Amino acid sequence: MADKKTPILELKNVVSAYGRIKALKGISLKVFEGEIVTIIGANGAGKSTTLMTICNIINAVEGDIFYKGKRINNVGPQMLPSMGLCQVPEGRRIFPRLTVLENLDMGAFFRSDTANMKDDIERVFELFPKLRERRKQLGGTLSGGEQQMLAMGRALMSRPKVLLLDEPSMGLAPLLVQQIFDIIKMINSQGVTVVLVEQNANLALQAAQRGYVLETGNVVMEDEAHKLLTNPDIRKAYLGE
Amino acid sequence: MTTQESKKLWMACGVGLIWFLILLWPLLGIQPEGLEFGKTFKVFGYIAVAAVFIMFFYQIKEAGHLDAVGDPIVSAKGRFQELYEKTPRWILLSIVLGFAIVFPLVTGRYAHDVSISVLIYICLGLGLNIVVGLAGLLDLGYIAFYGVGAYTYALMSLHFGMSFWLCLPIAGVTAAVAGSIVGYPTLRMRGDYLAIVTLGFGEIVRLIFNNWMGLTNGPNGILSIPRPDIFGFELNKLWMLYYVILVIAVITIIAVYRLNFSRIGRAWEAIREDETAAELMGVNTFLLKLLAYAMGATFAGFAGAFFAARMRFVGPESFTFLESAMVLAMVVLGGMGSIPGVILGVLALVALPELFREFELYRMLVFGGTMTLMMLIRPAGIWPASRVGRRSEEAD
Amino acid sequence: MEFFIQQLINGITLGAVYALIALGYTMVYGIIQLINFAHGEFFAAGGYMGVILISYLAAQGLHPYACLGISLVLSMGYCALLAMAVEQLAYKPLRQASRLAALLSALGMSIFLQNGLMLTQGVYDKPYPTEITAGGFEWGLISVSYMQIFIVGLTAVLLVALNILVFKTRIGRAMRATSQDKVMAALVGINSNRVIATTFAIGAALAAAAGIMVGLYYGSVNYSMGFVPGIKAFAAAVLGGIGNITGALIGGLIIGMVEIFAAGYISGEYKDVFAFVILIGVLYFRPTGIMGENVDDTRV
Repeated sequence: MADKKTPILELKNVVSAYGRIKALKGISLKVFEGEIVTIIGANGAGKSTTLMTICNIINAVEGDIFYKGKRINNVGPQMLPSMGLCQVPEGRRIFPRLTVLENLDMGAFFRSDTANMKDDIERVFELFPKLRERRKQLGGTLSGGEQQMLAMGRALMSRPKVLLLDEPSMGLAPLLVQQIFDIIKMINSQGVTVVLVEQNANLALQAAQRGYVLETGNVVMEDEAHKLLTNPDIRKAYLGE
Repeated sequence: MTTQESKKLWMACGVGLIWFLILLWPLLGIQPEGLEFGKTFKVFGYIAVAAVFIMFFYQIKEAGHLDAVGDPIVSAKGRFQELYEKTPRWILLSIVLGFAIVFPLVTGRYAHDVSISVLIYICLGLGLNIVVGLAGLLDLGYIAFYGVGAYTYALMSLHFGMSFWLCLPIAGVTAAVAGSIVGYPTLRMRGDYLAIVTLGFGEIVRLIFNNWMGLTNGPNGILSIPRPDIFGFELNKLWMLYYVILVIAVITIIAVYRLNFSRIGRAWEAIREDETAAELMGVNTFLLKLLAYAMGATFAGFAGAFFAARMRFVGPESFTFLESAMVLAMVVLGGMGSIPGVILGVLALVALPELFREFELYRMLVFGGTMTLMMLIRPAGIWPASRVGRRSEEAD
Repeated sequence: MEFFIQQLINGITLGAVYALIALGYTMVYGIIQLINFAHGEFFAAGGYMGVILISYLAAQGLHPYACLGISLVLSMGYCALLAMAVEQLAYKPLRQASRLAALLSALGMSIFLQNGLMLTQGVYDKPYPTEITAGGFEWGLISVSYMQIFIVGLTAVLLVALNILVFKTRIGRAMRATSQDKVMAALVGINSNRVIATTFAIGAALAAAAGIMVGLYYGSVNYSMGFVPGIKAFAAAVLGGIGNITGALIGGLIIGMVEIFAAGYISGEYKDVFAFVILIGVLYFRPTGIMGENVDDTRV
């Protein structure tokens, strides 16, 4: 694990709200370079909101968000991919009427190095061979698993330093889920820091080094992943025991 | 406000003014005889001075120098609100009603004229409010029903010599039938498609008024329509007509109020919020939407019959799209779904432009600009209805 | 038969004009789900800028074709600037507000611009220098004027250019992505405000070209000329399937044809009625338009 002292991504007491309803009530978390950090919690705990707040789709009302030591509260969401911070949002959000290739192109929208982009597309196709077969097909016609692959491939096209993944396992068959998690670990081993939001706490904690547990907008626990995995309270609440 | 923010604001103002100049000059300055700058800069000068003045005012206000003026207003508003909530509703209503009854006795012909059109628009606004505000169906051809009501009275009274009071319900019924005819094929359509189709229907009705010479006398319109009478006594003074429309307006307000809080009203609101959910709860959405159209049209029909009797003339020019847009603007500006809101919206859009009578030429320019400005400042309207909330799905 | 063919030619010409205006509606609707009522006014402003510039340039002694060409380009640019200003001022602050608020803001802008044109250009019709495109071919009873060729040819060129822009370029991809999912578009690094401004500018430029065409076709422009073609073009956009560029073209041609044939065979006075009857009929049986819509997120 790399330098523990300066986190690559840090949230300090972040509060954000939908209208008057506070969804995050002061979240603090740190992500270090090279890690897989998972955020687990029940429905409505604020996991997705956390990711959307990091990307400034939802504005943080209070608190600070730092990325590579720079405060990014006021950086527009469209500026972040070029800084190496990229999100695969919940529900994948493929552009339904763009082809697979065009969707991948969109991931590299801010880049102008066409030659390198070709290589990157090749790399994505090697990672997800299914996508190569379907490259001329419209995004909306893909199956759920293929869409998840496409969404991840699209994110990789921006050559992220930090990848925020929101529920990559949602709605997928168990076999596919395992495959997706293997790929996440592989991406991480290539030097990409991963923040993983999951309902499937078991798998997420197995893949991650550290984990945060969210409950109604607050961080209620943070620890090394394997410790969380053996914590009886966690096992009871999130692992179905 | 920090210096940086205010600098940014001034920059935006400057860019806006330059942009405006670029857009204005070609319209005024390029003549076949050559390029001309004097006129453009004269107009531009006025606008720029006004803009800078407003900016200064805004800055002073933001800096808090106007709090001395603003605070009493705000606290007065607060106290007014308190008073409003404390006083029993019937006292307030009787004050308003009393004022409305006394009004023509203390004012002149011009005021009667304006107040009559205010009351007509209140009927129209409340009727449209049923369709747009309660049932959530965007209708851009609403004025057609007003026209149907007006022509119904005009034709009935001229050809069959029927009295106003008999024609009034008939006009309501014909308008309701017209509403159902428009409603039937369009209700399967969704939001904005409904907008263009109702707009199309409105234009069709106007074109029929305009072209069916045999029935409507075409663009010349129908002349010398009889006035209303009471037991043979002709209501030939403007203030008498004022009371007629006042009664119609009060009946409309009561009817809409009752509808608002009835089962039907709730069902309409359910449809507006989530049609699928309403249907699953057993609401017959199709029938209720049709009913919303018919009810809304009925009130327009009443207003139309009165309009024909008051003007003693109907012509297709009174029922253009601009009128539909006006009524819609009143409803949205006042606050959709709220009765006092709609009344305030009518007052704002009918009475206020009267103050600018002298600048007749600029009236519509100011009207359009105000409409946009009001939407920018208060997109939810002056007096939003308490039950109209933001839709849950819009929150994220 | 000759009459039929003649009407067909006239219908295509008129349909081309409607299609150009409809494109602006459909693109803007596709991206922010707003009926841009001021679009008709962009069209009218284009018509006026055309006649203003042509008259000025002709007085400078330029060749008529050069006058027309330069005026066309400048008018399109002018309307693009106008549209961007309107968008910044009247629509951008209302992105988060209800759709009705934005719609009324658009209506207000439409009334404002229409009266602005009236105040600066006068109430009366302004005659167009139609002699630039005078003349034409004749085969027996059928005649095709140079102006009709100009209109259809220019429309074709603009459509091809638009197609390339939307389907082959970066900004086109950004436009399509933004119209399909604004949040995701932002997450991949697209500045949606810039994309929306561009969309308005392109739509208004096309409308400006249509304005000049109509000026040449009817021989004059008027400050209120934007309204009726505006709603017919919107009808065309809906008819074809809103948000769909091909749909706008097909819808425009249908509305143009219906209008010309109804005027020729049935009744000139009711020609506008038929356009709307067709619209209502088609939507009754096919609520998403002929080509199907390209809008994901539609609600009032």
